[in-house]
Amino acid sequence: MSRFLRLLRGHPAAEQIVPRAGFTAWLTGLTAFAMAALAVCALAATFAAGRLADRWSSELARSSTVQVLAPAEEVDRQVTAALAALRTTPGIVSARALDMAEQEALLAPWIGTGLPLDALPVPRLIVIEETVEGPDAAALALRLTAEAPGAQYDDHTRWRRPMIAAADRLRLISGAALALILFATAAMVTLASRAALAANARVITTLRLVGAEDRFIAGAFTRRFTLRALIGAGLGAAGAALAFLFVPDVGAEGAFVTGLAPQGQEWLALAGVPLIAAITAYIATARAAKRALNTIEEA
Amino acid sequence: MIEFSGTRFSYGQDTILSDLNLSITPGSFHFLTGPSGAGKTTFLKLCYMALTPTGGGLTVFGKEAAMLTRDDIARFRRKIGVMHQNCQFLDHLSVEDNIALPLRVQDKFTESRATDLADLMDWVGLSHRAAALPPELSGGERQRAALARAVMISPDVIIADEPTGNLDWDMAQRVLTLLVELNRMGKAVLIATHDLNIIRSVKGQVNARVLRLKSGQLQLAGSDL
Repeated sequence: MSRFLRLLRGHPAAEQIVPRAGFTAWLTGLTAFAMAALAVCALAATFAAGRLADRWSSELARSSTVQVLAPAEEVDRQVTAALAALRTTPGIVSARALDMAEQEALLAPWIGTGLPLDALPVPRLIVIEETVEGPDAAALALRLTAEAPGAQYDDHTRWRRPMIAAADRLRLISGAALALILFATAAMVTLASRAALAANARVITTLRLVGAEDRFIAGAFTRRFTLRALIGAGLGAAGAALAFLFVPDVGAEGAFVTGLAPQGQEWLALAGVPLIAAITAYIATARAAKRALNTIEEA
Repeated sequence: MIEFSGTRFSYGQDTILSDLNLSITPGSFHFLTGPSGAGKTTFLKLCYMALTPTGGGLTVFGKEAAMLTRDDIARFRRKIGVMHQNCQFLDHLSVEDNIALPLRVQDKFTESRATDLADLMDWVGLSHRAAALPPELSGGERQRAALARAVMISPDVIIADEPTGNLDWDMAQRVLTLLVELNRMGKAVLIATHDLNIIRSVKGQVNARVLRLKSGQLQLAGSDL
C-alpha cells in the first residue's frame, strides 16, 4: 500500500516522460468511469438485497398470524377462544385480534374502501408476536383446532424461506457482478496499458539510453494509468451515487420492498470503488509494464 | 573502464564481430573507422551494453557485461554518454527537456544544473531552440542536441556514432573541440566515423588511436595522430 501511495505522490521527472495524448489513456479513464458506475449499482443492489434479507428474516421470523374462518355467529366466540389459547401458550409474547377498521385497511389495496366487511366471508385475523424461540408450531396448531376449529395458525415459514433464499441469491448475483466488473476493468486497463507501452517503445529505448531504471520507466506509465483510472472511477462512482440520491424514497408504504439507495455507512463503501479501481489499474499496468520492459529491445 | 578480450558477437549464424581486444581507459581517445556495414554501430552498442557479446569477455567498469541486470546497465549508462547515430529524442518534450533527460531520470536536476544546461545549450548553439520540439530541428541541430545530452551528465566515457555527419565544417569543429576538451579532462572518448577529415582535423590536439573494423575484426589503423 505504501508503494501505491508513493506512486500516487509521483516522481517529478517521470510525470513528463509519457506523452499525454493518446487514446489509451482516455480509454482507461472512460472504462474506469463506466465500470465504477456499474460497480456502484451492483454494490447498491448487494446492500439492498442484504437489507431485504435481513428485514424479511427479522420481521417475519418473530411474527405469525391466526386466521379464523367460521360462520358469522361463531366467529367472535372462536376468536376469543383462540386468543385465550394463544395467550397461554409458551413462546408467545402477545396476541391481538385486528378490528374491522384494521382489516379494512389491509384489504383496501385490493378491494377498495367502504365495503361492508361484516357481510363478506372474510376471515378474522389475530396478530401474534413471538419470542425468539417461538412456540411449538405443531402443538399450537393442534390446540387451536381443538378450541377453535375455524382457526388456522400461519407461522410465515412458507413465505419467509423462499424470500430469504431469493434475497440471498440476489446478493450472490450482485457480488458476482462486482467480481466480473473488477475483472473487466483489469482486462481493459491491461489492454490499454499494453497498447500504450507498445506505442511508446521508442520512449522506453530512449529512456534506457540515458540511464533510466526499469522502476522509473514502469512508474511513469503506472502512475499515468492509475491516476486516469482513479479519476475516471471517481467520476463514475460519484455520478452513480448522485443518481441514487434522486431515487424516490419509497418510505413506509414500500418498506416491504426496501429502498434501493444505499443507507448510512453504505455510502462510505461506495467511496472505496474508485480506490479499488485505481489499485486494479496499478496492478494491471505494473504487470503490463514488466512484461513490456522484458520484451522491448534496446536501441 | 571498458575491456574487450576475445569478444565475439553473432546474429544467429552470422558472426558480425570476432576476436575483439581493446581496452578503453580513462583519458583515452579512439576513432573507429570502417566501411558501412562493417559493424561499427554494433561495436558501439557492445560498449554501452545495448548488446551482449555472444562469446569471449567484455567487462564494463569492472563487471562482466553478460552478468549485468537491466538496472545495472541503466546505472552504468549514467557513466557513459551516448551520441546516437539517429539521435533518439522524446518528441513530446522540448529540446531543453530532452537534453536534461539524463539528469531528470536520476532526479538530479537542480538549479545549478539548470545553469549548466543553459551554458551547454548556448555552447552548442541551441539556446534559441530551447523550447522547440525535436521534430522541428534540422539534422545538424539534432546532432548538437544529442551531443549536449550525452555530455550533460559529465560521463566518464563518451561514445559518439558519426557525430559530425549532418554538421557543417565549423559546427563539426566545435563539436570535436568539445570532445577534445572533455578528453583533456580525463574522459574517454570513442568516435565512430567514416570521415577521415574529422580524424585529421584532431591531429595535434590529442593523442588518439585510430581503429579499423575489417571483416569483423578490429585492427589498429595508424599510429598516434
